Amino acid sequence: MNDKLIKDIAISESGLIFNPVTGESYSVNPQGIGILNKLREGSSLSEIKELLVSEYEVEPETAERDTLDFLNLLRQFKLTTTHGS
Amino acid sequence: MSKKSYERPLIRKLETGMPGKFGLRNDLTPATHIDNIPVAELVENFGSPLFVISEQTIVQTFNKAKRAFTTRYPRVQFAWSYKTNYMDAVCRIFHREGSWAEVVSGFEYEKALRNGVDGKKIIFNGPEKSREDLTKAIRNDSLIHIDHLDELYELVELSGELGIKPRVAIRVNMDTGIYPQWDRFGFNLENGQAWDAINKIVHSGKMELTGLHCHIGTFILSAGAYGIAASKLALLAIDIRNKFNINLKYLDLGGGFASRNTLKGSYLPGPDINPGFEDYAEAISSSLHNSGFSTEELPLLILETGRALIDEAGYMISTVIGNKRLASGSRSTIIDAGVNLLFTSFWYDHKVMPAQPFSLYREETLICGPLCMNIDIIRNSVSLPMLKKGDRLVIFNTGAYNMTQWMQFITMRPAIVLISSEGTVNLIRRKEDNDTLANQEVVPAYLSK
Repeated sequence: MNDKLIKDIAISESGLIFNPVTGESYSVNPQGIGILNKLREGSSLSEIKELLVSEYEVEPETAERDTLDFLNLLRQFKLTTTHGS
Repeated sequence: MSKKSYERPLIRKLETGMPGKFGLRNDLTPATHIDNIPVAELVENFGSPLFVISEQTIVQTFNKAKRAFTTRYPRVQFAWSYKTNYMDAVCRIFHREGSWAEVVSGFEYEKALRNGVDGKKIIFNGPEKSREDLTKAIRNDSLIHIDHLDELYELVELSGELGIKPRVAIRVNMDTGIYPQWDRFGFNLENGQAWDAINKIVHSGKMELTGLHCHIGTFILSAGAYGIAASKLALLAIDIRNKFNINLKYLDLGGGFASRNTLKGSYLPGPDINPGFEDYAEAISSSLHNSGFSTEELPLLILETGRALIDEAGYMISTVIGNKRLASGSRSTIIDAGVNLLFTSFWYDHKVMPAQPFSLYREETLICGPLCMNIDIIRNSVSLPMLKKGDRLVIFNTGAYNMTQWMQFITMRPAIVLISSEGTVNLIRRKEDNDTLANQEVVPAYLSK
């Protein structure tokens, strides 16, 4: 996984996301904010998974599956760019 | 430190289009209990999917309907429409509350008798009544509603053979201003078929013309159509009195009242726009009062409403099998109840609610059943909280037609439980298993080696 959050994305603590390039806004739940912040730090999938597992009552497999799904959505909304395979 | 409860990560684009004319309230209460019984407990004891019927809701709805009509018209009789839900337990509740039985086949007729209904209080409707069925109905002095001329001739013949004068009515179809106009059943009023049948019945001297029946359609959203139907039936009854000096005992306005469900394609939710019992009662009773009957002559008003009396009392509990993201990017949730069990999901946008607490975050979700069929869709798009495998969903207003039109297809039909007014949970239909099917099948000897 080499998803990188595109530059200048604004993430509020309450879960409001703003993309200044397109002017579009999004709402994100707390789990999603956690992932976005990790992405900004350049974390890997396993680090994101660890974050979810350490903070929430969730199995690692579920956390990984849901994270991948979430990353897919981010790509669909063009909030991330993917480098390499 | 204890961990926080988990919900899958969600991101939702905020749309800033034109706001809708009507703001719709989001229902945020999880359906953790049905009549104070935990959904989790019901599933644990009876499996999933599971149909649940609330006796308390049946009685409350029936009383509401009864009150709406009896306060507006002095002589009212309900007849429970068996085809809407013919679980014996359900029928017996309606009979206990005072309903007669309205049946449309020999099978249903037998069921009514086994449920202890007096033959005189069984209304026999429908286009298919075998010679045996008619013989039984004549002997039991049931009310036979004639659907077509072949049936009329058979009745003339049978009543002659048996030496019994059956009590009959004709089913009348007519233009009440609604589309589509149902003309498949009974005799048309406007083109003279109805009068032709009436003349034949009276002139035969073999039958007692007791009433008139109509059933103008289903899920009728215009109460005014019933007003027109009642007026036309009343005028016909008065004309029959004038011509033959026969005072008909009853006018049967059939069924077709809308329940609280939301029809597919409806802009507003069903509970906000569908007529209630009061609307139908007002239209029908006003027409009858205005029609020219004297107070003593007012015929008994029979109502065969089924859907509006039982829909709200039925719940389907289902379990999430899995989630997936579709090519379009939208979310799809697969549940263990398909359209083979929830036939009405072809007609309605059923209200769906998770049975466990959830957060305020929601996502548009397509709910699919477990069948390997593209048409197996319970809701095309519904805003739901994040659901995970194993979560329970409660589907509301499923009491009408599902438990009679369901199909054994790919999966087995589930159990049905009744929550009594006292709060006890009673199994009223066992769930099917492989043996249920195997018992009906016969493998030819040459294939059983």
